[in-house]
Amino acid sequence: MIEVKNINKSFKEQQILFDISSTFEKGKVNLIIGQSGHGKSVLAKCMVGLHEIDSGEIFFDGRDFAAMDRVEKTQIREEIGMLFQGSALFDSLTVEQNVMFPLTMFTKMTKKEMQDRVDFCLDRVNLSGKNKLFPSECSGGMQKRVGIARAIAMNPKYLFCDEPNSGLDPLTSIVIDKLIKDITYEYNITTIVITHDMSSVMEIGDHILFIHKGNNWWEGNRDSIINAENPEIINFVYASEFMKKIRTSMQEKKHI
Amino acid sequence: MLGNIGKYFLMMKVVFTRPKKWGIFWRLLFNEIQLIGVNSIPIVILMSSFMGGVIALQTASNMSSPLLPAYTVGYITQSSTILEFSPTIISLILAGKIGSNIASEIGTMRISEQIDALEIMGVNSLNHLVLPKIIAAILFFPILVIFSMFMSLMGGYFSLVLSDLTSTETYILGIRAFFEVGNIYYALTKTVVFGFIIVSVSSFYGYYAKGGALQVGESSTKAVVASMVSILIANFILTQMILL
Repeated sequence: MIEVKNINKSFKEQQILFDISSTFEKGKVNLIIGQSGHGKSVLAKCMVGLHEIDSGEIFFDGRDFAAMDRVEKTQIREEIGMLFQGSALFDSLTVEQNVMFPLTMFTKMTKKEMQDRVDFCLDRVNLSGKNKLFPSECSGGMQKRVGIARAIAMNPKYLFCDEPNSGLDPLTSIVIDKLIKDITYEYNITTIVITHDMSSVMEIGDHILFIHKGNNWWEGNRDSIINAENPEIINFVYASEFMKKIRTSMQEKKHI
Repeated sequence: MLGNIGKYFLMMKVVFTRPKKWGIFWRLLFNEIQLIGVNSIPIVILMSSFMGGVIALQTASNMSSPLLPAYTVGYITQSSTILEFSPTIISLILAGKIGSNIASEIGTMRISEQIDALEIMGVNSLNHLVLPKIIAAILFFPILVIFSMFMSLMGGYFSLVLSDLTSTETYILGIRAFFEVGNIYYALTKTVVFGFIIVSVSSFYGYYAKGGALQVGESSTKAVVASMVSILIANFILTQMILL
């Protein structure tokens, strides 16, 4: 479980996050949604320590991450897997070497054990046999799956996914969403997904935190978001004309 | 400017920490020796041979006084090669080649979030990426410069064979005349400092790159300019300290 309490973050004079508090539970897919530029990614990067927070607390299963020094943070980070928006695979390494990288850095596994773990992770994301490809030889969807395989290689307790569906077609997006959901339930990990993809919200959103202008604007789940009365949520969920028509027809049916 | 200098020294403090795994460090080090050192040999051969040839030809063709001994051509070629050309000019050339390469490599890793990925995993990205490069430069730059000295003197020899301005025997006599081993130590000391400057300054500009491809290009240019200026300043200070 990850808890954030009263997080504030500014860049120079501009405040990005205002007093954000929330709890992200274990074994659930927790979504952070909101418009671009409203602070979703900044919140996630604060949570993993890529940005220093101005004030507030971040607890990883009761451990105060924000108060830790660099060495202590490193120990927590070994328990975190992260899928980046652009996958962030190491260009000079093959798919296999990318997945093996955290194992070589942090474990005392033998080469055979590492190879078995890599094969298992690649098989888990349906990339068996793609070991020797370089990232530049992989499609966007494959790169995301390699990113997931690398993120789960160390059996993380916490999985962060920064816009996992960006740049992917709808079918591949569903595959990635399903993979994130399955891994979360299977390994009982705390997963946090930053997204503004509504199909992801409806597919995998066990807990949803809506960030608006750097504030915790709304919290709920995929069922409650449909009927939320908050105008900003309505504007976000039913942004397109098509979705607005659906909402209108839903409301008309309700009245009948 | 002052902020950047402070940031640079703070960065160095993080770079010079114990590597997480020595096995990985050695592998990266040998890889960097290949990239930074061995791959620079062709340009060092090319530049040094022609520059040595030109120094010998210029000296020979401009020596009009009969009071100057014929071996002066060899002596001047040897002195200018060992004292300045090989350590300083070759380092400036390598600052262009290696500096831009390092800044763009690390800068691209920064903007494509590969450095963030390392940090999230708990890897000290500065130590992992920069330390092997610095050590590789410190170890291999002196070898490159010794190689450059040899090729420059050979270039002078062959240019005199082709031009017939003075005999090669007197040229070799000039090279051996007044030869001081201390000059070699001086040159190698400078080279180690220059190698450190090139890699650390370029890594600094790459590591703190922001934005997109355009900004990585700008960082690469800044890295080369800053490395070159730093080399010139360090050269002046080291010459004052060691020779005078």
